[in-house]
Amino acid sequence: MLSVQVEKQLGGFSIDVAFASESGATVLFGSSGAGKTSVINMIAGLLKPDRGRVVLHDEVLFDDEWRIDQAVWRRRIGYVFQEGRLFPHLSIRHNLDYGSWMGGHAADPAAFAHVVELLDIGHLLDRRPGKLSGGERQRAAVGRALLMRPRLLLLDEPLASLDAARKQDILPYLERLRDGTQVPMIYVSHNAAEVKRIATRVVRIEGGRVTATGGVELLN
Amino acid sequence: MLDLSPQDWVAVQLSIRIAIVSTLIALPFGIAIGYVLARKSFWGKSVLDAVVHLPLVLPPVVTGYLLLITFGRKAPVGAFLADHFGIVFSFRWTGAALACGVMAFPLMVRAIRLSIEAIDRRLEEAAGTLGANRMWTFVSVTLPLALPGVIAGTMLAFARALGEFGATITFVSNIPNETQTISAAIYTLTQVPGGDRAALQLAIVSIIISLAALMASEWFARRASARLHGN
Repeated sequence: MLSVQVEKQLGGFSIDVAFASESGATVLFGSSGAGKTSVINMIAGLLKPDRGRVVLHDEVLFDDEWRIDQAVWRRRIGYVFQEGRLFPHLSIRHNLDYGSWMGGHAADPAAFAHVVELLDIGHLLDRRPGKLSGGERQRAAVGRALLMRPRLLLLDEPLASLDAARKQDILPYLERLRDGTQVPMIYVSHNAAEVKRIATRVVRIEGGRVTATGGVELLN
Repeated sequence: MLDLSPQDWVAVQLSIRIAIVSTLIALPFGIAIGYVLARKSFWGKSVLDAVVHLPLVLPPVVTGYLLLITFGRKAPVGAFLADHFGIVFSFRWTGAALACGVMAFPLMVRAIRLSIEAIDRRLEEAAGTLGANRMWTFVSVTLPLALPGVIAGTMLAFARALGEFGATITFVSNIPNETQTISAAIYTLTQVPGGDRAALQLAIVSIIISLAALMASEWFARRASARLHGN
């Protein structure tokens, strides 16, 4: 469904990564600074690879030889950032609606209700992000990415800014997400315990290279 | 307590009209230039920056003189605009608005530029991943987040335009009922015997307008900022 082969030179650090991912949750696993975030930024279109090819559902998003580089806003790839990045000037409801406004499709009330229930954010809809807790913010950020009807969902250490108790609160939501939606996920993490329950497939990345691919056993 | 002559009232109305028109017309340009200076890097950027700031450092009379030899009725740009679009600046209130706009422009651009520079660009990236192209990102994220700075810049520009004297009087002179603003009227009154009382009254009107504008902008800025950081 997703196939990635990208090379990128970032100062003295080089990234040369190739992997493919089917449905379910693919975890990009590795220590901090291994280049995982740069890889998903290249999938999202936020960072341009020097060389390579990114294909999603038979659609070429990037290919340096064919000179294809689809703009970020056309890729329809949901992205849950480490710091949430909710829009501070909009209520949670409007944050959630943002993707359907911009995508030009009418908001789907059933999908909205489903996502709100899945993530348990109904009581936050009329508040602004400013005073929400970290966990509430991340749940809203997940909801926002889901409601844009993504073809692929990227999650960059979505729990990293939360304490252990909060992580345990949110993990079940992410599991329900994996099982309850048909959207494939790429989940970036350096924390084996955190992703053990989520991962259906693991790609281990060290120093900008893929060192192993396989199942959950790679996390042990 | 105020018994202004009809001509002085016209000066008050003219001042307000000129300040509002010049500020509103300058605003889209101020936002565009502020954005370009905050975000883009290109050849000649420092030149653009310097030109925009020039009215801040030049003597106002020099700015007025430059406007005169550019936008005067017989000057190249002025003649072109008059012949093709029927827009005449010289010795009209429109010319006063142009002079005020030019003088106020650097203050407006500066405030807008700083507020755009302070925006977390990662929010704009997030808007991109959610399907917003550059224009929509600007309209729905950048501009609302820069709003307090835009308001502050607009207010500064309005106040500057209200008080403009040197460039205006050089460019469009001091014609009662056409280009005579409060400042010019006060200046005229201080030049004639027995004008002190009227000059003082105009000064009071000027203070009231400025304070009202200041309070209005504070109120708007507080609301805008509460929207950004509130609950």
